[in-house]
Amino acid sequence: MARALIKVPATAKRGDIIEIKTLISHPMETGYRTGTNGTTIPRNIIQTFTCIYNGDEVFRAELSPAIAANPFLSFFTVARDSGTLEFRWTGDNGFATSETATITVE
Amino acid sequence: MGRMSGTRRDFLMRTGQVVGGTALLSIARMAPAGATQQGMQDAIRAIAGDASLQTGKVRLDIPTLVENGNTVPLTVAVESPMTEADHAKAIHIVNEKNPQPHVISVTLGPRCGRAAVSTRIKLADSQQIVALAEMSDGSFWMGSTDVVVTLAACVEDLVR
Repeated sequence: MARALIKVPATAKRGDIIEIKTLISHPMETGYRTGTNGTTIPRNIIQTFTCIYNGDEVFRAELSPAIAANPFLSFFTVARDSGTLEFRWTGDNGFATSETATITVE
Repeated sequence: MGRMSGTRRDFLMRTGQVVGGTALLSIARMAPAGATQQGMQDAIRAIAGDASLQTGKVRLDIPTLVENGNTVPLTVAVESPMTEADHAKAIHIVNEKNPQPHVISVTLGPRCGRAAVSTRIKLADSQQIVALAEMSDGSFWMGSTDVVVTLAACVEDLVR
């Protein structure tokens, strides 16, 4: 399980635009580098990231090898209702992980 | 003695030239034969199709002088009210000289509130970065920046 850091405000006013920051530990190996024995290091990247707010997808990103190791993403969403935000990452070699955060909307 | 140091100097200079030449050659060989200007244009066409690209609305924040190409902070913001009727549907980032032109594509909607995204990217060379925004009315807007990279992302593994 890759370690992920998520920053979501704990509380927000209804209709506020909140910033969400996510960071996940992952090598993001490009597949273009060669190892010590001259063979190519196989590609190993995170391909997609999605943010699901109370069951609705609000943000999605498709990543290429050009994203730096330990992908960081920050984006915005409108605080509508109290509930959970689910973050999902999927990638090469069957990589899949998810994290959740809760938000209270007043 | 004077003659001796002369030869030594000659020797050192010649060695220096040879070493320098080899270094230059290996730098030339290291240049990735990946994406080019043409590759970037193709990638833009693959995203935008036949739609005309208008300049403006897209702001690309990236340091113009990058010391380490392995992780370059990048923020793209698009001017848009982000309402149901008028919002940015997607932001795409492409580059000129990395082995692959595509960097990231994000899908947005009116629930985002603000059309902006930040991430960190790898850059293999000094080059142009282009951000494309796809609006809900089908129009495409473009913003670009040139960056100078001192330590390229792909050199590191050759040193290891």
